[in-house]
Amino acid sequence: MTATALGPAAPRPLLHRLGTFIYLRPWLVLSLLLGPPLLWMVVIYLGSIASLIVQSFFYLDPFTGQVIREFTLSTYRELFVPAHLEIFLRTALMAAAVTIATAVLAFPFAYFMARFASRRTKAALYLAVLLPLWSSYLVRVYAWRLILAKEGILNWFLERLNLLGVLEAALRIPVIGGPSLSVSFLGMFIVFVYVWLPYMILPIQAALERVPQSLLEASGDLGARPRRTLRHVTLPLAFPGVLAGSIFTFSLTLGDFVVPYSLGNSSFFIGQAVLSFTGTAFNIPLAAAFTVVPMVIMGFYLIGARELGAFEAL
Amino acid sequence: MKHSEPAARSPLGLRLVTVAVLLFMHLPMAIILLYAFTTDESTFVFPPPGLTTNWFRVAMGRADVWRALGLSMRVAAVSTLVAIVLGTLAAAAVYRARFFGREAISFALVLPIALPGIVSGIALRSAIGVLNVPFSFWTIVVGHATFCMVVVYNNVLARFRRTGRSQIEASMDLGANPFQTFRHVVLPAIATALLAGGILAFALSFDEIIVTTFTAGQEQTLPIWMFSQLTKPRSRPVTNVVAVFVVALTTIPILLANRLTERTIE
Repeated sequence: MTATALGPAAPRPLLHRLGTFIYLRPWLVLSLLLGPPLLWMVVIYLGSIASLIVQSFFYLDPFTGQVIREFTLSTYRELFVPAHLEIFLRTALMAAAVTIATAVLAFPFAYFMARFASRRTKAALYLAVLLPLWSSYLVRVYAWRLILAKEGILNWFLERLNLLGVLEAALRIPVIGGPSLSVSFLGMFIVFVYVWLPYMILPIQAALERVPQSLLEASGDLGARPRRTLRHVTLPLAFPGVLAGSIFTFSLTLGDFVVPYSLGNSSFFIGQAVLSFTGTAFNIPLAAAFTVVPMVIMGFYLIGARELGAFEAL
Repeated sequence: MKHSEPAARSPLGLRLVTVAVLLFMHLPMAIILLYAFTTDESTFVFPPPGLTTNWFRVAMGRADVWRALGLSMRVAAVSTLVAIVLGTLAAAAVYRARFFGREAISFALVLPIALPGIVSGIALRSAIGVLNVPFSFWTIVVGHATFCMVVVYNNVLARFRRTGRSQIEASMDLGANPFQTFRHVVLPAIATALLAGGILAFALSFDEIIVTTFTAGQEQTLPIWMFSQLTKPRSRPVTNVVAVFVVALTTIPILLANRLTERTIE
């Protein structure tokens, strides 16, 4: 059944016999099919993850700059330096804020798609969500550099509307503000919401499509106003979809360094820190230990999401 | 797929929010298009002081852009091939047989996408370091193929589940050997799923930056080129043109992939 089983230019009857020989032995078929992809995943991917974890127990000799391959916990101890803890907290808070904001924006959009859109509109909206999901991630981040720049279109627009004062007030807020939107956590937040929004819309829409019409009618028949049906029937049933989407938005924000590098200041996010440890400092052990944190966070997140039924909605 | 007829007229507020979200998702791309024609060279000033098509010519003459584009194309092509072979094998195994740990296969395949990108990136980087492998075209491909596999796997597995087993059994009963069955029955049945999965895998690889940063060494793929322009803008007009080009280049195949999978649902 697979190309890997083909011998070099075997005569036909032999090929036939070989094929039948394999086909009649289910374990052989299975190992021929499953072997290559499984080997790839186990050796290359899980092997890499294992090497990452092993490396996190090594340390960098501060004098020679060499990685010392001896077991130590000192690299992990470095994670608890206040500056590093701040990075974790900052990234997790950003991921949480972005997740909530995308859910708030995605839900009405998905709700419209699932409940009110005609077939044709629905197909068009689906494409409108799908396209940004699959392509041009960097271009989409780059677009916001143009938009958020001080001399850019957003400021021009706000100036025409006499709303520049509002923006300036927002930028004066400590921590999330900054000299301009293109160098602030506020701008970064907007861009994160923008790039991950499609990942939230699709699972919510899928979950909403699965809510049975009969339940909504029953709710209405029992006297519930649409708003009440939405709150007590639709929302709880669509919640696994929100959770499924949040896995993506949370994980993608935790692991990103493109947006923080493009719109951030010198306060690092996890991705930036990891990149700088590997790129300039060659401190792979610290980078590895740093990455274990988002892995653990995502591990707990996935377990929690699974308990709440998110995997059925994927 | 179930489609209930629209229940009622949508509330005005909901329609407004939907349109607003739609604009939020797509207006930025229109703005990129506008900026590709601006005469302004060093800032992002709006409105553009003038319009010109000159930057397209300038971008065409940029060797670094062409090199990066070529590398991205080659990486995506090879990674997609690997992903198609391995993803199809895995899908066939999961569809055909019941075995211990079958559920874990989907989970393992989706892991490279579900885990934060830097995890996969630094994991591959540390393996490269431990094994003392030099960075090359192939280190990029290995990383890309790993996360592209799941796209092909999902598409092909869904197709397998829809087509069912009876045709394969009929073919075997009629005396075809497994290779003939694969060539004449299985392959035609999954061809469009393979194409759609392949296109999406290609798009994923062509666009990837996070993992690539850790596996590319000194090589520059197109996303890495763009990222370097994001952090240290040296040639803004050229970046604008490249951005428009990337959007145009990826939009059409993805629309095609969508059509290919859509037709089989009907």
